[in-house]
Amino acid sequence: MSHTIVLGVIGADVHAVGNKILHYAYTQAGFFVVNLGVMVSQEEFVQAAIESEAKAIVVSSLYGHGEIDCRGLREKCIEAGLENIKLYAGGNLVVGKTPFKEVEEKFIAMGFDRVYPPGTDPKTSVDDINKDLASL
Amino acid sequence: MKPILCIDFGSTYTKVVGIDVDEPRILGRTQSFTTVKEDINIGLEKAIEKLATMTGISEWPVRYACSSAAGGLKMIAIGLVPQLTMEAAKRAALSAGAKILKTYSYELNESELEEIAKLKPDILLFTGGIDGGNQKVVLHNAHQLTKLTIRCPLVYAGNKAIRDQVKTILSEHDWKVHVADNVMPVLNELKIDSARALIRDIFLEHIVVAKGLSKVQSTIDNILMPTPSAVLLAAELLAYGHIGGKGIGELLIVDVGGATTDVHSVAEGHPTQSNVLMKGLSDLKIKRTVEGDLGARYSLPSLVEVVGIEGIAATIPTSVEVVHQILKDLEAHPESFVSEPGLLKTLDDVAAEIAVKESVTRHAGTLEVHYTPFGTIYQQTGKDLSHVHHVIGTGGPLIYHHNIRSALRAAQYDPKNPFSLKPTAPHYYLDKQYILAAMGLLSIHYPKQALTLMKEAIIEV
Ligand code: B12
Repeated sequence: MSHTIVLGVIGADVHAVGNKILHYAYTQAGFFVVNLGVMVSQEEFVQAAIESEAKAIVVSSLYGHGEIDCRGLREKCIEAGLENIKLYAGGNLVVGKTPFKEVEEKFIAMGFDRVYPPGTDPKTSVDDINKDLASL
Repeated sequence: MKPILCIDFGSTYTKVVGIDVDEPRILGRTQSFTTVKEDINIGLEKAIEKLATMTGISEWPVRYACSSAAGGLKMIAIGLVPQLTMEAAKRAALSAGAKILKTYSYELNESELEEIAKLKPDILLFTGGIDGGNQKVVLHNAHQLTKLTIRCPLVYAGNKAIRDQVKTILSEHDWKVHVADNVMPVLNELKIDSARALIRDIFLEHIVVAKGLSKVQSTIDNILMPTPSAVLLAAELLAYGHIGGKGIGELLIVDVGGATTDVHSVAEGHPTQSNVLMKGLSDLKIKRTVEGDLGARYSLPSLVEVVGIEGIAATIPTSVEVVHQILKDLEAHPESFVSEPGLLKTLDDVAAEIAVKESVTRHAGTLEVHYTPFGTIYQQTGKDLSHVHHVIGTGGPLIYHHNIRSALRAAQYDPKNPFSLKPTAPHYYLDKQYILAAMGLLSIHYPKQALTLMKEAIIEV
């Protein structure tokens, strides 16, 4: 079955290339992709998810401010009645060489379901999304 | 000579413009009070009599009309997320020339249902969900609407996946459902043509009759559209022209009235600087916004609230107490009209200028700045009107304004508010003879003549 997912690059981040690749990869994988492009605010992710009845939000952050930009997204989703929505994050989530384990723990604590290190193959997330949404 | 009569049944006045399309030229323009309660023909006949005195012509075999009488085309728009489908529904209704009574989002509750029943809309526009998107809330609202105590034509322009279901649910409860394309089929993409066309058809078939305006149908071909639609047609023709004549280019029309201020822009509105990314809902090339809190008379109290009574008093200039007193007097007699200089006239003028400034600021797009290590990046929401070269004023408070240029200049880009994308160096014009709506009507069959007449009659100030 075709899952609806919302995709976008969060915050003031303009890195557009990875977003296009993810859009392509997810569409190929059979998802119905609502792609918000770059410079997407948390509110826009939430609004798009409501309007499209999406089951997952896939957030990219490439420029290093991912932590600040992503904080509070889960809370906004809960407030908007999207308490069951799956949240995924990937890209270059933080600046520099923080061990990924630490980054992952932080994002999980912020309410993300899965977090991916730089350079993750989109295919990895496709498999995860299929698995996670199968039960919904 | 080939005489044609264009009629605008307004809420207060019935305005008629006689045109000779052969030459072409405007033969004359008169008005009389609208008589919708008794028989709308009475007011029309009076206006035509006056026109006969003026022009010597009393036979008008060809007549076109538009109407905003009996409250105009009153609509309610229902969407899902306020910034998305609700906003899309609102824009669709506005561009169909409607007056929006109220908009609703998310799940409709019982008190909102009661409110809708009390507001008695002529048409209900029901949307929600992108195609393939939300079903839960939209179906909930369909079920809620079955409980509504009133019925009127309903246009469904939401998620197409549940179109048939919605139609069945509502039809089983005596709703007459008209189905249009989704106003937002893809996120942030407006697609209003189908809904707008349907609304217009319903206006022609039902609303004209329901409002008692049909009595006039025997004497005129038909009331073709709501007045704001006629103005939008005129605006489009004047800007872009047609095969037989070039338009003047992108433009902005500000129509200040007693109760509301309408702004129409005919412009692409794409970013005019580099480093600008578009954000949010796409915008319409031909866009209309209506500000219900900005008007020179009935909405004067709310307009005063926008800038503060001190600000108004200082501009006139007079004391706050005096302004209070005038406001009170006007509340009792909103129809008072003066053209002589004096306090009241000055207040009218100040109000018109504020209405222009505020309404154009709300209509125009905005920029948001983001400072990144890489440099400055801008995000644009709405239309960039900075390169629009023509600003046209219309409506009583502007037509009778003492310093029209100064009033219209309020529409201009303001360096103090650099992120509001208003025209930077436009020319200013006045629709002195109040003919825009008539020209919109004329343009349906005589675009060439309408364009020529507009270019002549709309004067630079
Ligand atoms: C091109 C580029 C730019 C261009 C972007 C043009 C554009 N509009 O796209 C410009 C010049 C504008 C730019 C600006 C900046 N950039 Co730059 N940029 C790059 C560069 C060289 C390539 C990015 C790219 O397109 N990669 C190719 C795509 C395919 O890969 P990707 O973006 O990583 O996306 C893939 C994966 O990350 C993954 N992925 C992404 N999201 C997600 C989400 C999930 C859930 C999953 C599973 C996977 C996933 O899948 C994607 C597809 O395969 C990178 C360095 C690099 N080689 O990556 C730096 C880089 C991203 N930029 C960087 C920085 C710091 C900036 C600036 C802040 C300052 C600067 N140095 O110029 C500004 C920020 C501007 C802003 N506000 O966004 C840093 C980020 C550092 C960090 N996070 O630790 C990098 C890594 C360079 C570096 N090593 O310093 N940049």
